[in-house]
Amino acid sequence: MSDLAIHVRGLRKTYQSFAAVRGIDFDVRRGEIFGLLGPNGAGKTTTVEILEGYRKRTAGEISVLGFDPGQRSPELRARIGIVLQTTGLYRHIRVREAIAHFGAMYPHPRDVEEVIQLTGLEGKEQAMVRTLSGGQKRRLDLALALVGDPELIFLDEPTTGFDPAARRTAWETIGSLKRLGKTVLLTTHYLDEAQSLADRVAIIKDGRIAVEGSPSELGAGEGAVSYLVAYHNGGGELIEHRTDDPTRLLHELTEAALARGERLEGLTVTRPTLEDVYLELTSLESDGDD
Amino acid sequence: MTRSFAVLAWRQYRLERRLFWRNPSAAFFNFLLPLLFLALFGAILHGNQHDLNVLVPGIAGMSVMSTTFVALSYNMTFLREEGVLKRIRGTPMSGTSYLSAIAGNAVTNAALQIAIIVVAGRIFFGTGWPRDWGELILFVATGVVCFASLGVAFSHIIPNFESTSAYVNAVFLPVILISGVFYDVKHIPGFIKGIAQVLPLTHLIDGLSGAMVKGTGLATNISALGVIAGWSLLGILLAVRGFSWEQGRD
Repeated sequence: MSDLAIHVRGLRKTYQSFAAVRGIDFDVRRGEIFGLLGPNGAGKTTTVEILEGYRKRTAGEISVLGFDPGQRSPELRARIGIVLQTTGLYRHIRVREAIAHFGAMYPHPRDVEEVIQLTGLEGKEQAMVRTLSGGQKRRLDLALALVGDPELIFLDEPTTGFDPAARRTAWETIGSLKRLGKTVLLTTHYLDEAQSLADRVAIIKDGRIAVEGSPSELGAGEGAVSYLVAYHNGGGELIEHRTDDPTRLLHELTEAALARGERLEGLTVTRPTLEDVYLELTSLESDGDD
Repeated sequence: MTRSFAVLAWRQYRLERRLFWRNPSAAFFNFLLPLLFLALFGAILHGNQHDLNVLVPGIAGMSVMSTTFVALSYNMTFLREEGVLKRIRGTPMSGTSYLSAIAGNAVTNAALQIAIIVVAGRIFFGTGWPRDWGELILFVATGVVCFASLGVAFSHIIPNFESTSAYVNAVFLPVILISGVFYDVKHIPGFIKGIAQVLPLTHLIDGLSGAMVKGTGLATNISALGVIAGWSLLGILLAVRGFSWEQGRD
């Protein structure tokens, strides 16, 4: 069995004259949480929906759990779980009823009560879907994606519209999927979400992958974004320097300060965050059409 | 490995049946309305057997149209717009299992209503038992196929769920008024009759009338059956060709 859950090489998708995806390569290893980041219209959802089998690709080689999702094999769909960006459900179905019903579509479903607990829907088992709040509906989406006990779970913006507390809870649930040995492909707008959940991320821009790596690697940056060194000088004025080589810069600064007999008050060295990388990569010509 | 077509379709059908009765507006418009019309007009026409003989098969025709055409136009528009179809498509259940269950639900409603109308005709409206059961079943079956496929096809041109009611009623109400549900089409002006003669409901009602009341034999209504079959072919073609699992996609 390959240790790759998803393998993508040279993926392209063209709608009439518009190239939504322009040659994407990435791999998702089994058991990891992989984050796809990028502004709206960058090609995230198109990429994910091709992997889920909803859209046909124009070109490229893809494999999901060893299957070509374009063939729409029921065996593959029995082994993946999908949380789409927006999907409704019957208005008059009850929460437990829906989870049990969807579970029965799969060969080896998880226990319904366990799924209810995992997604924090306790106390809502008998509620009709039409009475659920937005966040509760989103948790039900996750429950319906998990009940088939899939190996690979696609989460397309799973916490959009959540309040901060609900987002934390959802993160714990998604983190627990990793402990269950699941592979997760996550797309998100939220950099803190990717930073705290994903083992590796890829930032998509204009249908291409701009950069890929672990959130901390990306933060460390290969010269893309620099460290920020800040302190107050003798006159109490805030001085900031940007550098790719903080060791050398600190040595120079401290040497000079000692020579002058000064202290570098409030000295800080800030490593660039994923957000800095993201903003630097995407801000150049992005319209951020939301 | 994956669960069989029949098992999944049957489970889905049972779910659809349960949910149907939980939605009061669907239960009223798709199920009770034709029966309410039968009771009201039946009471108004009490003692007038000629008109009752028109009304009972007329309401049966209306029932077939409302349980299939109206119900499926609504359902398919809702399921597509809400993304239920897309969600189902991401599960191991085949689309055919799912659509069979949706269709099965509509067919059950049609069969139940026809049964109630037949019994009510015998007990309350003096039409007696149907003269030809085989012909009755044949016309109900072709009528169901015809209006179910037209309903699915019609859902393709409804732009969004909010406008479903306007679109569906713009077709359903005029059609039941001109097709002889409530009165004998012999008395309506020629140009309206001309339109009604092109549409399938008039022919379905002719066939149902032959089977339930007149007992003239299938041969008399064979051309009516032909017209319904023709509309069925068109309906199936349009339902399949325009079908999409998602809202507004290429």
